[in-house]
Amino acid sequence: MVSGEQTPTQYIQHHLQNWTVGEGFWAVNVDTIFWSVLLGVLFLWSFRRVAKKSSAGVPGKWQCFVEMIVEFVDNSVKESFHGKDKLIAPLALTIFVWIFLMNLMDLIPVDWLPTAAMYGGYWLGFVDDPHDVYMKVVPTTDLNTTFALSISVFALIIIYSIKYKGVKGFAKEMTLTPFNHWALMPVNFVLESITLLAKPASLALRLFGNLYAGELIFILIAMIGLFQLPAHFAWAVFHILVITLQAFIFMMLTIVYLSMASSEH
Amino acid sequence: MNINATLIGQSIAFAVFVWFCMKFVWPPIIKAIEERQKKIADGLNAGERAQKDLEKAQQEIAEQLKEAKQQAAEIIEQSKKRGAKIVEEETQRGHEEREKIVASGHEEVTAERNRVREELRKQVAVLAVSGAQKIIEREIDKDAHSDIVEKLVAEL
Repeated sequence: MVSGEQTPTQYIQHHLQNWTVGEGFWAVNVDTIFWSVLLGVLFLWSFRRVAKKSSAGVPGKWQCFVEMIVEFVDNSVKESFHGKDKLIAPLALTIFVWIFLMNLMDLIPVDWLPTAAMYGGYWLGFVDDPHDVYMKVVPTTDLNTTFALSISVFALIIIYSIKYKGVKGFAKEMTLTPFNHWALMPVNFVLESITLLAKPASLALRLFGNLYAGELIFILIAMIGLFQLPAHFAWAVFHILVITLQAFIFMMLTIVYLSMASSEH
Repeated sequence: MNINATLIGQSIAFAVFVWFCMKFVWPPIIKAIEERQKKIADGLNAGERAQKDLEKAQQEIAEQLKEAKQQAAEIIEQSKKRGAKIVEEETQRGHEEREKIVASGHEEVTAERNRVREELRKQVAVLAVSGAQKIIEREIDKDAHSDIVEKLVAEL
């Protein structure tokens, strides 16, 4: 708990508030952007170091670890996506590692970074009251992040559908399945559109829901006094599974959706 | 919690990350992995091949050893036979030689004996004659009784 003057409601609300700059739609969640870009750069920088030095010789420990992840992703892609594509494997790797790192922020005790940001902001003179500083450190608990990812994947689904089936083939698929009759074309279109739109929506909401719920439970645990220590430990251990699994599910579904988009029924 | 411009920012960040990963991270790493896989596969193949070669060589060695042993046994057998034959031949020759030497010795001894006997006979004859001469000188004339003496000499 940060301070005694907050009510539990205030405490929770404070934790769930983004650091936002701007008004309306054009507002930007600075904390989300900052942490996600920092983690993305960390991922690319550390992997790039391996890529630069990589050779077929005896690998170092970090290289081994990176190659293990790369091979794991590569195998997942090869199992689901048949055919050659230069984009899908690196896309899957980026999704997996980036989401994993963003989820991993959840395991940092919920008050550390926000508190540091509060007093840092206060001492640096950005705000008059430390409680005016908001810092949400887990980017995947922000719908903007999960939807940014899933909408990008959705765009790729459309692009791959058109690339592999042509505009005509894609239109046919949207209107002539599941009922192959001209009279049922509107029904088909509605059904197929829902199917198509459900993909990004479910991708984004699943990731967001899991992480948001996990974050919320961490916050609730942080309010129960001394007993929070074993409870926090237990939930964190369980959460290791959740964050890895969610990253894996997002990656796997992306591969599956794109493989469906690029192959005939 | 609202959807706002962060969405666009995050999309751009995501696109840039994917592009960077596709361009600079994925290809070198996957290339190294595939190369190493190939190297390991080659190494394993080479090991297997060497193992086979070794087995073949060992088999060959065993065969050659067997053959060599057989040959050695044959050679030993032959030399034993040959040795026995030589010993037999030499023994035979030795015997013959001995007999020859013994025979020639005998002959020589016989010849010597004959010669000595002849000489002795002559000397005895002379002795007898001279003895008889001395006796007869006292009693009879040499000429009158020479036929008897000659007869005696011939009888010796």
